[in-house]
Amino acid sequence: MPGHPRAARSRSGRTRRAPYARTAALAAVTAVCLLAGACTGSSGGGAQDDPDAETTLTFWHGWSAPSEVEAIDANIEAFEEKHPNITVKTVKNVSDDKLNQALRAGGGDSPDVVSSFATDNVGRFCAANALADLKPFLAKSGIDPAKTFPKPMLDYTQYEGKRCTLPLLGDAYGLYYNKDAFAKAGIEAPPKTFSEFDEVAKKLTKEKGDSYSQLGFMPNYHGYESTVEHFGAQFGVDYFDADGRAANASDPGMKALFTWQRELVDALGGFEKLERHRSTFGDEWGAKHPFHTGQVAMQLDGEWRGKMAKEAGADFEIGTAPLPVPDGQEDSYGKGYLSGTVVGVASSSPRQNAAWELVRFLTTDTNAVVDFANAIHNVPSTLAAMKSPRLNEDPDYRTFVKIAQHPGSRHAPGSVNGAAYLLTLQDLGYAYESGREKSLDAGLRKADRQIDKDLAQAG
Amino acid sequence: MTTIHPGLKARRRRSALRTAAFLSPWLLGFSVFFAYPLLATLYFSFMKYDGFTAPVWNGLANWSYVFQDYPFFWPALRNTLWLVVVMVSLRVVFGLGVGLLVTRVRTAPGLFRTFFYLPYLAPPVAATMAFVFLLNPGTGPANTVLDLFGMPQPGWFKDADWSKPALTLLALWGIGDLMIIFMAALLDVPRDQYEAAELDGAGPFARFRYVTLPNISPILLFAVVTGVIETMQFYTQPLVAGKVASGVIGGSGQQFEPGYPDQSTLTVPQIVYNLGFQRFDTGSACVVALVLFALCMAFTAVLMRRGSGFLSAED
Repeated sequence: MPGHPRAARSRSGRTRRAPYARTAALAAVTAVCLLAGACTGSSGGGAQDDPDAETTLTFWHGWSAPSEVEAIDANIEAFEEKHPNITVKTVKNVSDDKLNQALRAGGGDSPDVVSSFATDNVGRFCAANALADLKPFLAKSGIDPAKTFPKPMLDYTQYEGKRCTLPLLGDAYGLYYNKDAFAKAGIEAPPKTFSEFDEVAKKLTKEKGDSYSQLGFMPNYHGYESTVEHFGAQFGVDYFDADGRAANASDPGMKALFTWQRELVDALGGFEKLERHRSTFGDEWGAKHPFHTGQVAMQLDGEWRGKMAKEAGADFEIGTAPLPVPDGQEDSYGKGYLSGTVVGVASSSPRQNAAWELVRFLTTDTNAVVDFANAIHNVPSTLAAMKSPRLNEDPDYRTFVKIAQHPGSRHAPGSVNGAAYLLTLQDLGYAYESGREKSLDAGLRKADRQIDKDLAQAG
Repeated sequence: MTTIHPGLKARRRRSALRTAAFLSPWLLGFSVFFAYPLLATLYFSFMKYDGFTAPVWNGLANWSYVFQDYPFFWPALRNTLWLVVVMVSLRVVFGLGVGLLVTRVRTAPGLFRTFFYLPYLAPPVAATMAFVFLLNPGTGPANTVLDLFGMPQPGWFKDADWSKPALTLLALWGIGDLMIIFMAALLDVPRDQYEAAELDGAGPFARFRYVTLPNISPILLFAVVTGVIETMQFYTQPLVAGKVASGVIGGSGQQFEPGYPDQSTLTVPQIVYNLGFQRFDTGSACVVALVLFALCMAFTAVLMRRGSGFLSAED
């Protein structure tokens, strides 16, 4: 008998190998089937459902504040009035982690329509078909995205030509400044170039012992919203070359960004001193934000900050403006970093046509978009809503609406591994501003290599 | 060849079936909650898998990426090992010390026991946030007090050299779990052994060394083994401390630096999450999970081997 003798014969002398082998093979096949089954939760799905049939949709969103939930619920009510055959069950306060798991797992309780604040994850959602391609739906409804949505918002809601999400309101980033502090320092207008910005920041900075009674601007990368991504929009950085490889070391804009930030850190007192001052700041989302308390006189932030500062009782006049641009690029002044909420249809949804009706209403109905933008103080996400006379006329808010409309405004490109490449650059920022990384060129080359390795692993 | 009586065979079969029936709940739990996840983790560690699309064979690429190219693996492993060595040791020593204190104290013992146990009941997120605020180098009361006495004021959670000691302080503050089991063990030591030792002229140290320690050595071993396993899975406190200290505590979808400051609070469970759920790289996350499992097994095996020698020597 061939084979190992121990396998060939049992204690009773009977041949046992064949049954063992069969059992083992069966167990192996079962295990593989179970494992494979566990990995295929989401299917490509198909839009076979009748949108006019009686349907109940499940919509997951991340809004949690009572005023926000009230506003989205009002929009849902308006949708249900328009589509009496569709009932929408909303689930609020859904984090992106829960969302990812639901899209991965699929199943009867998973959402049909999802919204996410993490625009950086659109690349993965699109590449993995977790969210359905919306192009056929847009075409069927006769919607030309280019004529409906601002271009930067169209860019960050697709990945490599695959449109799996649409913008549902946006966030534009600009400059907030303390008008009283400006007046005291004899500054008449907000800076338009980074040279002017540096001068203004220095003029506004008042030292007190080994700290500050007022800081012009917090440039450290751990300062609220002071990220490579946000500054990068002003410096016009591209992050990748045409082949999709990291190209930061060869990007003059990226070098200019890092150099400008480092020089400003040094000019305002140095990294250590600024970090010490930063440790006295209150929570970014609380009343003691350093801009509200007057600890910093200029703040890079989104359209929400003005409202928050007023509600927190800031006792100075607030000014808003676009963030400056590099010297010599004054013609691009007015642009800024854009982000926002994205909404899509789950690929696993068996009710994609009905789900599309909800997405279409939320993202393209001008009244719905304007009402929602006014209610939660976000920037509207359609060209028509931006021009609507019903839109909030508060001049500070309008500054951000203008930034969102600027053709030069942008978001960082999508990626299959979310925000990993941005964090790599941010890490370089921490190292460079603190002096741990001495050579910017070497640091950028190293960052590029790391980004390419991470993308190769995730791709 | 021995001939087995058919009746005997039937009895054996019934006995085997009965045994299997009694074992089946455990076998089911073991298979579903341990064997299957472990096999699945091993399987996915060799696959390219983003959690959305079907997995594809990837050979050893995930393993090579984690060990050679993933920038957070080695810092996270170093931090976790630091915490295993320093934090577990200090927790066991401090837990035993507090246990001794609350068993010896004569005035209001219940009050002392409650006082030392209560912090353990604090939710980890709330406790960590409170510690970050207390130890805030700019505005926290801890440094204000140190300043009053003219002592140096560390950067605590904002300083890479002090963030792990700060986490250790937090762990020592929540010592209630160890205090309870040490207190129970200490109260269980036979009083007559202390009396006999005293009659033999043993002082406090000798009584502790030759009476207390041998009696509580199984509990000591238990505390060390479970402490090592818990520390290997240390996730919530370092994550919250890093996020709060870096200033990023809100804003869904907001990017944040893992392990602030300078990756000093990054632990192995955090990178499992980072890879699996933020980078969508389930394969590499499984590699790290397996490394964590192997380390836990190795630490436990070594401790049990050495601990059994320690126990038998004490016996």
